[in-house]
Amino acid sequence: MARKSKVSVESTEVLSGENAIQNKEIEGLSQGQIVRKRFFRHRAAVISLVTIIVIVVMAFTALDFRLFGIWRVPGWWKWTPEDLPELRFGDCPNDTVGCPTISLLPKFLGGQGIGLGTHPFGQDDIGRDFFALVMKGTQRSISVMVIIGGIGATLGVIVGSISGFYRGRIDAILMRFVDFMITIPVIIIGSVIGYRYGNLGAVFLAFLLGLFAWTGLSRLVRGEFLSLREREFVDAARVAGATNKRIIFKHILPNAIGVIIVSVTLLLSGAILLETALSYIGFGVVPPDVSLGLLISQYQDSFTTRPWLFWYPGLFIISIALSINFIGDGLRDAFDPRQRRRISKKERQDSATARKLAQAND
Amino acid sequence: MVAFVLRRLGVLSVILFGSSFILYNVAAISGDPTADLRLSTDPNRDFLIASLTRELQLDVPPPLRYFLWLKGVLGVFVGNPNFGMGRDGSAVVDSLALALPVTLRLVLAATIFAAILGIMIGIVTALRQYSRFDYSMTFIAFLLFSLPVFWVAVLLKEYLAISFNNFLREPQIPISWIIGIGLVSGLFWASVIGRSRKSFWLTYAAAFAISSGLVAIFGVTGWLLNPSLGPVVVLLLSIGIAFGVTQLSVGLINKAALRASLTMAGLSIVAYYPVHWVFDNYPGSLSIFLLACALITTAVFVGLAFSKIDRAPIVRTTIITAVLSAGLVLVDQFMQTWKPYMETDAINYRPVPTVGQRSDLLDSTDFWITSLDVITHLFLPTLALTLIGFAGYIRFARGTLLEVLNQDYIRTARAKGLTERTVIMRHAFRNTMIPMATILVADFAGVVGGAFITESVFAWSGMGTLALQGIRGQDLNLLMGVFFITATMAVLANFVADLLYSALDPRIRVGSGA
Repeated sequence: MARKSKVSVESTEVLSGENAIQNKEIEGLSQGQIVRKRFFRHRAAVISLVTIIVIVVMAFTALDFRLFGIWRVPGWWKWTPEDLPELRFGDCPNDTVGCPTISLLPKFLGGQGIGLGTHPFGQDDIGRDFFALVMKGTQRSISVMVIIGGIGATLGVIVGSISGFYRGRIDAILMRFVDFMITIPVIIIGSVIGYRYGNLGAVFLAFLLGLFAWTGLSRLVRGEFLSLREREFVDAARVAGATNKRIIFKHILPNAIGVIIVSVTLLLSGAILLETALSYIGFGVVPPDVSLGLLISQYQDSFTTRPWLFWYPGLFIISIALSINFIGDGLRDAFDPRQRRRISKKERQDSATARKLAQAND
Repeated sequence: MVAFVLRRLGVLSVILFGSSFILYNVAAISGDPTADLRLSTDPNRDFLIASLTRELQLDVPPPLRYFLWLKGVLGVFVGNPNFGMGRDGSAVVDSLALALPVTLRLVLAATIFAAILGIMIGIVTALRQYSRFDYSMTFIAFLLFSLPVFWVAVLLKEYLAISFNNFLREPQIPISWIIGIGLVSGLFWASVIGRSRKSFWLTYAAAFAISSGLVAIFGVTGWLLNPSLGPVVVLLLSIGIAFGVTQLSVGLINKAALRASLTMAGLSIVAYYPVHWVFDNYPGSLSIFLLACALITTAVFVGLAFSKIDRAPIVRTTIITAVLSAGLVLVDQFMQTWKPYMETDAINYRPVPTVGQRSDLLDSTDFWITSLDVITHLFLPTLALTLIGFAGYIRFARGTLLEVLNQDYIRTARAKGLTERTVIMRHAFRNTMIPMATILVADFAGVVGGAFITESVFAWSGMGTLALQGIRGQDLNLLMGVFFITATMAVLANFVADLLYSALDPRIRVGSGA
């Protein structure tokens, strides 16, 4: 009898062990530390974070740029998008010209050794270095994405928090305004704006597009504020004499930050796809400026003969969008308080053996 | 309720009015329709400018001109809408009437496929949470989510359409492909079905054998050039469908439902030759519709005849089985049209088109051939939109089902000893469908706007093409026509979604707080 009770105690310990592990894990840690810890456990998100940092650093340091328009900071890459080196003939398959020289297959496997060569991504039809073009396009697309995301996030949070916190008439007015913005398809307004103002530069275009990208986020933030403002800690703060400003910034916003960050990542990946799509149909970034969507649009006809002109810009779009989506997923897991740690195989096996033992002993 | 609907409709019309007013003015000041004429060297340039100004009323300032436009549009209510004239002198209403069905066809097909596939896979990933299948599907969903649609479209054109057409010239399936397809399908089915190591490998072996066997048979018999199912295969598949549908909807334990479904499967084979005779002699949508009505009536009667108690689920099961097996017969009919279709001069053994919404050169008037032509043209654009769209459904269905499975009523259902099938299909799946239904409706309107890029890649002349034409040619009336249709659809779809939500979920009260 005594033995049996001991086993049953053991088995309940195994079952609640999972909770105990979790509680132990977050003992004495601040909210930020917990979130960081959870985020870094999400392997795909960490890989994506590294990828996006590598892409950003690579794209923004590769080419020359001017600091404040005066000082010229040299880039590490030997060509610029304006250079016109000679088109490479020979050693390309199927009599094509300007094929990529990048080689990832080592010599002992029959390749040409790992190396970049003169034109790692090949050359376009007039000989411009395609690596330099792709880097320039990546710069443009990333800046457009960040501007759209930044403006969208700022407006969305401001409108959402005001209408969620103050409710009543101001909420009704703002939400009808959101409804009204939502009816205008982004792609139509983007095309109209891009057609008219595309030649004023990518930054201006991104700024205008950002003015139309905040609606979804504002609804989300409003919902979050509506539920948070009814919670006890807000009442407590109010009783303690906190001003509205303090309640919004110190009490509600930090609690809503998880939802906001996650949907801002979605906004960002949507923004890069919007920019490339607009550039593709000719209403986004216009030549002589370069963007990833524009590169694809310009060279899609040469797909059969020189596919690299199509592949590399596309791969960069996908890597950026995919990384951001995964980072968003990692952040959602990290911020979600209900998120339970994935139980490892070993723990599952342990608990299974324990359960079996318990059954055998019964 | 009525008051709520009326109030919402009033607000919606105000919103539509406001957004169309803004877009009209933005578009009007962003481009001058006479700009290209001013630069031309045509001798009667001034006359052309004057006549264009008169036709499009360009001398009226845009904010006022908007009301002239609005007056025409409000003619919808008296059955005489007037969206104004396009640049080329044709009425915008006519262009819209031609373009709208094209876009709707594309969007409808893509949304339906994306939703069905996405919900199925999403549910499987939720039931196999944190398995390898779940992880790989999550990865695939994120990957598809991040793909630019124009990029996918070009790849599909290049690899799927052109390579497949080249392949059809000499349809010899190489042995490496047979093994490769077998391996992939084995992996898929084994990770869906297999729970223990043993069942994983058993499923793997079975799926590998079946799919590579099928592919090999297709290659040897030249099935891809002259496909057909034939009565025997139709019968076998119908019986399979009968078992599958019964298992999912009421469980094989319910003998009445199983018998009713099997009877319907049997009837579909009895009707095989008569139906084909009808299809051959009286082709057209009307006969398909009449046969479908007859089919459903029969299914209801068969379902009622076999059941004594608890009739509704059995009749429902019977109807689903009947529709699916009748679908097989229809597919078989299209398969038999495949060979004559490929032999027409317009197609000439290159059946997967990359541009357009129908073959202009096709001179056949046969109903089946022209329908098949529409279907083959739908194939690539639908595939592109489906690939991008269904990633969202996978994530959403997975998230919703997991949320539902954590609810207390699921624990109660399990605790009172219901089978896992009943818990999943009756308690969890139905509640998952409530938010899915509303998302689907709202999404449908969103895709109409999103199909712009797809239409432009595949050179379809739908709403997107019209809008682009309107922007490029500074054709304000055309652009506003497209905008008016898409915006109205978006607004109405969101409204319907709200109503649907409150109809499906009694906890949501319509009119409260809205």
